[in-house]
Amino acid sequence: MTVEPNNSGPGSALVLTDISLALPDRMIMQGFSLTVAPGEVATVMGPSGCGKSTLLSAIAGTLSPSFVLGGAISLLGRDLTTLPTEERRVGMLFQDALLFPHLNLGENLAFGVPAGLTRTERRERVDAALDRAGLAGMWDRDPDTLSGGQRARAALMRTLLSEPAALLLDEPFSRLDAALQERFRDFVFGHVTERQLPTLLVTHDPRDAEAAPGPVIAFEDFAGA
Amino acid sequence: MRSGEIGNTWLRIAPALTLLAFMGPVLAGLTGTLLPAFGYLPGLGGTSLSIAFWGDFGDYPGVGSAVWRSFWTGMLATVLSLAIVVIFAASWRGQRVFVWLHRGLAPILSVPHSAVALGLLFLLAPSGWIMRLVSPWATGFERPPDLALAPDPYGLVFVLGLVVKEIPFLLLMMLSGLNQIPERQSVTLSRSLGYSAMIGWIKIVLPQLYPVMRLPIYAVLAYSVSVVDMAVVLLPATSPTLGLLVMRWFNDPDLTYQFLAAVGATVQLGLVVGAIVIWWGAERVVAAFARPWLSAGGRGKLSRVLALPGLGLATLAWGLGAASVAGMIIWSFAHRWRFPDALPRAYSLGNWVNKTDGLLDPALVTLVTGGVAACIALFLVVSCLENEQRNRLNPGRHLLWLLYLPLLIPQVAFLFGAQALLVAFRLDGSWMAIIWAHLLFVLPYLFLSLSDPYRRLDPRYRVTALSLGQSQSRVFWTITLPLLLRPILIALAVGFAVSVGQYLPTIFAGGGRFATLTTEAVTLAGNGDRRLIGLYVFAQSFLPFLGFGIAALWPLWRFRNRRGMRGLV
Repeated sequence: MTVEPNNSGPGSALVLTDISLALPDRMIMQGFSLTVAPGEVATVMGPSGCGKSTLLSAIAGTLSPSFVLGGAISLLGRDLTTLPTEERRVGMLFQDALLFPHLNLGENLAFGVPAGLTRTERRERVDAALDRAGLAGMWDRDPDTLSGGQRARAALMRTLLSEPAALLLDEPFSRLDAALQERFRDFVFGHVTERQLPTLLVTHDPRDAEAAPGPVIAFEDFAGA
Repeated sequence: MRSGEIGNTWLRIAPALTLLAFMGPVLAGLTGTLLPAFGYLPGLGGTSLSIAFWGDFGDYPGVGSAVWRSFWTGMLATVLSLAIVVIFAASWRGQRVFVWLHRGLAPILSVPHSAVALGLLFLLAPSGWIMRLVSPWATGFERPPDLALAPDPYGLVFVLGLVVKEIPFLLLMMLSGLNQIPERQSVTLSRSLGYSAMIGWIKIVLPQLYPVMRLPIYAVLAYSVSVVDMAVVLLPATSPTLGLLVMRWFNDPDLTYQFLAAVGATVQLGLVVGAIVIWWGAERVVAAFARPWLSAGGRGKLSRVLALPGLGLATLAWGLGAASVAGMIIWSFAHRWRFPDALPRAYSLGNWVNKTDGLLDPALVTLVTGGVAACIALFLVVSCLENEQRNRLNPGRHLLWLLYLPLLIPQVAFLFGAQALLVAFRLDGSWMAIIWAHLLFVLPYLFLSLSDPYRRLDPRYRVTALSLGQSQSRVFWTITLPLLLRPILIALAVGFAVSVGQYLPTIFAGGGRFATLTTEAVTLAGNGDRRLIGLYVFAQSFLPFLGFGIAALWPLWRFRNRRGMRGLV
């Protein structure tokens, strides 16, 4: 049994057009455009401070107000820049799994399921997702007692359950050990392909870029001098 | 959707409204004090401005020595408390004994000033506990000696009482300041350069720490220069402070003394401002002299000389505080406890059975005032902090000054005027008046306690929850609040404890109709019934303690199966 997204059919691309980002005293990037096709993972690489996490914040809608954002970000035919984070349908994964420590594993995943479903439906979706992540029957587990790999998979499932239209990955593999890294990467990219999600990955690790199905953008070029 | 909009609108106006609820009464109160000080108080026939009452003030017998006493006792208490805390932290930070003593001192923070004062009085009096412990075998006294030990005419016991109470506060503020600077790296680095840990701490950590501690230190100074309840208990009537004179005039049945009280309250304000300015100047001088010393290369091989006195004084302060409360609790159960017995000959519950009738009303007033004030303050503080988070605002440091204002202005200076206004609007002696008066002091402390954990909560939890498509308000109720359950409960307990300890706000806003445990206990100080005082001190100390107990235990139980909450809660 698989988790079925609401809007099956071809996904929508994530389109960044002529993006500029500035602080009052300096320019961070200018004239940056990128189209991430459904099912594609675009990798952004670059030294810390080059503005790659700022770009993710801009797409997610969590920029601090001191930044000035120009250009357009579109997804599902909507301009995201004016929408609040919760209405953008952009899922995020961070270095840490960030499972909510006060909820159990099942409740964490259920937190991602959209409202408007019956109890049984929610339960079924979460159970199916737990199953896919190799966590079947662990609904009641305290998230802190899970292994690093289990936590990472649970965090991905929580995000997928919220039916995102695009995915942002902020170095989600860097905290895992080498063997786990590869397996989790395949797990994430497998879901991206299956769901046809346009995905943006920020990383330091060239191996991530190699494995990612999509273009690699080196960011030094855009860091305004 | 609609309720979400109402919530958002509320959050946007919350900071302004909080400031108004807070600054409004303070400024109005100050005006209400300044006008009568210059003769304007229409209710009592003062309709034109004059400085006549300043002459009366200057002529009042003993006023000069009272002003001077207020000044030097407050200064000395602040210098001593700060010195002990700094020396203790510099020499024992990072060692187990520091953690122990810090844990021991924390409960004393929640005991009201007046309770410590009453306990200290019993401890140090000629017929007190310490004298009993050393009599008659060491002193030969079969009866209490006729010595003015406590209260003493010099005000030394008064200074001691202030020091015992301010040390835990300064220590707490120091620890929260240390969270904001790279303490461990600084000390490790300076040790690797050959400095002793203590000198490294003083030369590298302290200069970074002091700016963060400046406002709390000023608050301690302002409090010590103007405190009334501790002075009532620990100073003899013949050696009053300025604050005591103001209270005497305020309570005088001859209403023309109200003008004198207003002048006194204004002078009290000037005295606090003057003390802060002098302290500020002294900071400059110390900094100028210390600067060359910082880079002079002295490694401080002999610095261990200060370590033992630092530990000894901090332990002494803890011991005096703990013994003060313990002595009074024993009194509340004592049946017969004659001099020079070290402990009661016989115990009984008679006190608790017979005398608790009078205790119930003040206890109830204390509970309701503190509970309501803490809840209102929590609502306002969380609204402000949540607004800050949602709009990703950077809190400015100047805002902290505003918050500290009621703690830097002597209570009597604006409560006197606020009381006049309350009378004018016929609000004195109402629940609203007394709760509002308490709120002014509950709010800043509650904010200080909650703002750090609120701002430090990993913002990615909120971002993750929002990116899952949940609304702002749902994320607030289901993620932010539960994750912050422990700091929120602790902030409530702090607010409640602050309210329990308040003396002047109840006196001024209560219009004589409200008595709390604290006002009753201070009133009893003069009558010498130690069993009854013991009962009040017990109740005064127990209520805040209960609050902190609940705040510590409930989250543990609620999240007993959530290991990840242990670091957070």
